[in-house]
Amino acid sequence: MAIYTKEEAKKILEKALSFSKADTCEINLTGSNSGNIRYARNSVSTSGYSSNQTLVVQSSYGKKSGTATIDEFDDASLEKVVRRAEELAKLSPENPEFMEPLGPQTYDESISFNEATSNVSPEYRAEVAKSSIDPAAAKDVTAAGYFNDSDSFSAMMNSKGLFAYNRSTNTDFTVTMRTNDGTGSGWVSRDFNDISKFDAAEASRVAIDKAVMSREAKAIEPGKYTVILEPAAASDLLQNMFRSFDARSADEGRSFMSAPDGANKLGQKIVDERVTIWTDPLHPDVPTATWNGEGQPLQKRMFIENGVVKNLAYSRFWADKKGLDPVPFPSNGIMAGGDASLEDLIKSTKKGILVTRLWYIRSVDPQTLLYTGLTRDGTFYIENGQIKYPVKNFRFNESPIIMLNNLETLGKQVRIDGNLIPYMKIRDFTFTSLSDAV
Amino acid sequence: MKRRDFMQYAGMGAGALLMPSLLLGNNIPAEALLEPGMDTLLKKQLADVALNTAKSLGATYADARIGRYLNQYVFTREDKVQNVVNTESFGIGIRVIANGTWGFSSTNNVTDEGIKKATEKAVAIAKANSKIQKEPVVLAPVTGVGEVSWKTPIVKNFKDVPVSEKVDLLLSANAAAMANGANFVNSALFMVNEQKYFASTDGSYIDQDIHRIWPTFGVTAVDRTAGKFKTREAMSAPMGMGYEYMDGVASEKLEGPAGMKLYRNSYDIIEDATLAAQQAKEKLTAKSVDAGKYDLVLEPNHLGLTIHESVGHPLELDRVLGYEANYAGTSFATLDKWKSGDFKYGSDIVNLVADKTQVGSLGAVGFDDEGVKTKKWDLVRNGVLKNYQAIRDQVHMIDQNESHGCCYAQSWDDVQFQRMPNVSLEPGKEKYSIEQMIKDVKKGIYIAGRGSYSIDQQRYNFQFGGTVFYEIKDGKIVGMLDDVAYQSNTQEFWNSCVKICDESDYRLFGSFFDGKGQPSQVSAVSHGSSTARFNDVNVINTGRTI
Repeated sequence: MAIYTKEEAKKILEKALSFSKADTCEINLTGSNSGNIRYARNSVSTSGYSSNQTLVVQSSYGKKSGTATIDEFDDASLEKVVRRAEELAKLSPENPEFMEPLGPQTYDESISFNEATSNVSPEYRAEVAKSSIDPAAAKDVTAAGYFNDSDSFSAMMNSKGLFAYNRSTNTDFTVTMRTNDGTGSGWVSRDFNDISKFDAAEASRVAIDKAVMSREAKAIEPGKYTVILEPAAASDLLQNMFRSFDARSADEGRSFMSAPDGANKLGQKIVDERVTIWTDPLHPDVPTATWNGEGQPLQKRMFIENGVVKNLAYSRFWADKKGLDPVPFPSNGIMAGGDASLEDLIKSTKKGILVTRLWYIRSVDPQTLLYTGLTRDGTFYIENGQIKYPVKNFRFNESPIIMLNNLETLGKQVRIDGNLIPYMKIRDFTFTSLSDAV
Repeated sequence: MKRRDFMQYAGMGAGALLMPSLLLGNNIPAEALLEPGMDTLLKKQLADVALNTAKSLGATYADARIGRYLNQYVFTREDKVQNVVNTESFGIGIRVIANGTWGFSSTNNVTDEGIKKATEKAVAIAKANSKIQKEPVVLAPVTGVGEVSWKTPIVKNFKDVPVSEKVDLLLSANAAAMANGANFVNSALFMVNEQKYFASTDGSYIDQDIHRIWPTFGVTAVDRTAGKFKTREAMSAPMGMGYEYMDGVASEKLEGPAGMKLYRNSYDIIEDATLAAQQAKEKLTAKSVDAGKYDLVLEPNHLGLTIHESVGHPLELDRVLGYEANYAGTSFATLDKWKSGDFKYGSDIVNLVADKTQVGSLGAVGFDDEGVKTKKWDLVRNGVLKNYQAIRDQVHMIDQNESHGCCYAQSWDDVQFQRMPNVSLEPGKEKYSIEQMIKDVKKGIYIAGRGSYSIDQQRYNFQFGGTVFYEIKDGKIVGMLDDVAYQSNTQEFWNSCVKICDESDYRLFGSFFDGKGQPSQVSAVSHGSSTARFNDVNVINTGRTI
């Protein structure tokens, strides 16, 4: 049993903290139960289950800190791990950027836990695999997929009086469907906190349909095209963009968020005015914990509003140095969408490409946030409001900043990878070469 | 450990160096790294508990891996130590075949009772999954080797070197970079020791002690007025060596073109950081490349990554067969191409070998993680595709009856599966130096070090950047270039290989955290080559204005 209730966690943390002799001490306690099943070639390949719990102690003397970890929580073990952290702290060099632990905080009650998800059984996982494999086999298609479910908690307490607790559940599912003649491939991804929202058969059907539809793709010339990016495709580029929302790198002059002469782009309009992106740990479709690993409260906060940069993430050290309030990194991303369905977006497109997902995305130039990567598992040519035929995959070289400046239409939002991202129609998306990959 | 947690250890913000996820265990004092692990005799007794329990429950095969994984990582930036991490992870993983199906379970409770329970779970999982199993496991035979041992041949054990000496070395390198015009420098030293005990129902009891090391840095130069910045990464390679790699021995240094300093089996981090700062500054004003076709002269510490992506991964048999279809993808190098016996992967001078025995390489071990003695074999000979990389439960699918010995698990609590061995390009047979190679090029680019890399899911179309680029005109280096990336197709690229320098230029590139599988596991692998020339490759300009 790796999951402790709030009261159980508090008791262990209080006990551990009672052994502390350091100037300050902060203790994190986490645990999870996690199960998975993996299948390929229309047959199950591996499955696993893991249950673990860890207690991490950080003890500090002045600006010298030591960290020690243990997975047994009897009194003797708790005392041992605290003493070890203290020994390590005394031996470690001073960290000039050390910040003292936070005092007591107020947190919103999170909604990230779902009882049904915590009860997923091995039989349920096997059924997920079966829901992909059977319909695939019936259509001369081969399924390869992965399903993972987890129930986890995290708690923290420190010598300044802070205590925080959260429990959350998650499920992740992806499946790739390949036609047996090797010319078509489709893919789908689903993730939820609440397992009751997940329908493995429905998701698998989407991937099978894409595989069958994408058979015998035609080659068309690379170049600049209007694209409809499914949320899975746009999400990867946006997540990469958000990794650069760090104020310190921007202020140091080594980020696309840096402005000439030592300034940063806070307050500047960097993308189309219809682009609004925020974080909200209490959003019912993408809930997360309401505090982070440092005990900072997480709340709804705007990052880009009407195209303007509203916030950069400030670490506690950097905020202190700049005389500002810290801004934690967002725990999820929510981008405002529109009313258009995928069908509407296709209907309104004279000539364009529908992109299911992007793959192997790597940074080419951090200065301009230029990324390269490829389309994968369902790329289609649209003409006069209709999907005409599947096309061969493209390599792209594009910056999410340029992409969000070339926004044509926003569609409905979909949850993908813990974020809420809309369908997007983008003009002049840059494809630089063709790939033979299916 | 997820990347986010790692960032906390590294004390880096999300905008700092991008590091992959990696393994960590419980934190321990540095001195505790030196404590001897469990006695071999006891490990044998405990492993036998797993094997006997599995057999008594009806398993037809079982193996047990008792692993102690020790890591020491040091992170610095400019004149500050960000973190020193010492970790230990200890436990046992048990894998069984029951009803023709794999089952796996692990525990850190390495006692008779803990092992029995974990083994029962592994057998239960195998039996449960056998109900939806359509391809019963077929294992290539292995003859038990009895009780044997193997060690990485190190000279200096990193655990004997005081942390203060390592910190001093990194801070000296940082200081050298700052003194030569860098605005920022992040440096890190990764050291790993895997103490692995493997036992199987085939009658093998194998004790191995494996060491790896990786010093690395990123030096950044900033032009605040123009709002521009450029980074130059280290020219080191992760190695299967001890701390002696950090000695900077003169005989292991090579003088490269355009003042490049290159390193074979010994690394001078202070010298490299000095040059890195100068080159990062030079990159700020380097000429932006004109897009077009160029002859590329690719330095081993660059070419290694291209080999990794365009040869290493597509020739993994599990990818070819579809086991990785949902994640990493499949492969263009399908069985029919291999069976034809004349598939031209590259030009006639291209010989690519897989090798799990090469001294100093990251992949070198005595036995793999399913007890198979390691070896060297041909993947491509005289340009023709000859073989794949396969393990015990796969080789029968390519009509072979001997595993290639490239099975690996990142830890005791992960199941072992097929991982890339070292894959290397053999040096040219004739005497031919890098100077001669550059002299022979009319319009070309010399590329050194790793940069941006991306390849499709069947490994046809790729795009690579690099660390530094120099323009070659009429046989001479004429200056530094920027905004360079090349795009090609794997088969076309390797068939455009026209010259390879001789063995005096041969060096290893390495990938310390290569990811594969679901859930994802990392492994470390080296790729050796000499500088090689590829004609008429498409170069694009990656400069943009936003």
